Amino acid sequence: MAQKTIAGVNLQVTEEGYLEDLLQWTEEIAKGIAQEEGIELTEKHFEVIKFIRDNVDAGLTIRKIGKSGIVDIKGFYDLFPGGPLKMSTKIAGVKKPASCV
Amino acid sequence: MSEKKDTQVKKVAIICAKAALEDVYAALVMANGAVMEGMEAKVFFTFFGLDAITKKQMNKLHTATVGNPGMRMPGGLPFPTLLGTIPGVEAGVSAMMRSQMEKLDIPPVDEFLDMITAGGGEIYACKLAVDMFKLKKEDLSDHVIDIITIGDFYAMAGGDGSQVIFT
Repeated sequence: MAQKTIAGVNLQVTEEGYLEDLLQWTEEIAKGIAQEEGIELTEKHFEVIKFIRDNVDAGLTIRKIGKSGIVDIKGFYDLFPGGPLKMSTKIAGVKKPASCV
Repeated sequence: MSEKKDTQVKKVAIICAKAALEDVYAALVMANGAVMEGMEAKVFFTFFGLDAITKKQMNKLHTATVGNPGMRMPGGLPFPTLLGTIPGVEAGVSAMMRSQMEKLDIPPVDEFLDMITAGGGEIYACKLAVDMFKLKKEDLSDHVIDIITIGDFYAMAGGDGSQVIFT
């Protein structure tokens, strides 16, 4: 476990930088993590992030996000280039999904 | 003291030569997993593996109920070879496998190809096998970029951190 300060808040994060406690998450923190990943968050990003936070307990897959009605899979890759599922979940403040699809 | 240096995998070139459900899905899961991780993925379908990108066959792949030592009855008892020879059993078992996969959010082959290509993965068909099975470009999935030789495929497979995988 590691400590990290994002958007002025001291946070517990995993080795890979995922928040340990999803309740600590704020939109400001999301913006901070996204900035580190080189992504500027738009409204569309936040719609996806909301979907992720609402559905995290059901198990997240790229396919599920593609069927969310918010973005298709191509759009999801465009929003979070270079690893959309692991990047979006990190920004959404949830744990890293153990998913192969 | 020698220092251990790992080169990260950046690109996978996957060759799928078989039509069995498990062989095709192994190739597709690896390709999709690669693009999900931000890696490059190229898949080359050859010989019976072409079924996976042939429109008529792709969503009807079977797993072998004869000659498959991993096959078990529900509950774990061995699957009798003779049972596997009865018409319809292989289709039934295969349908069951597909429905189990659907529950894990593993899509049918056509949708899996949609996912892989949406992430930038590339799909190719083997020229030799296409000629051998007398197939045409229009028989194949629209996701197939081109029908190429293995030499062409190798030419695309190079680079630092590249791996060639055969299923």
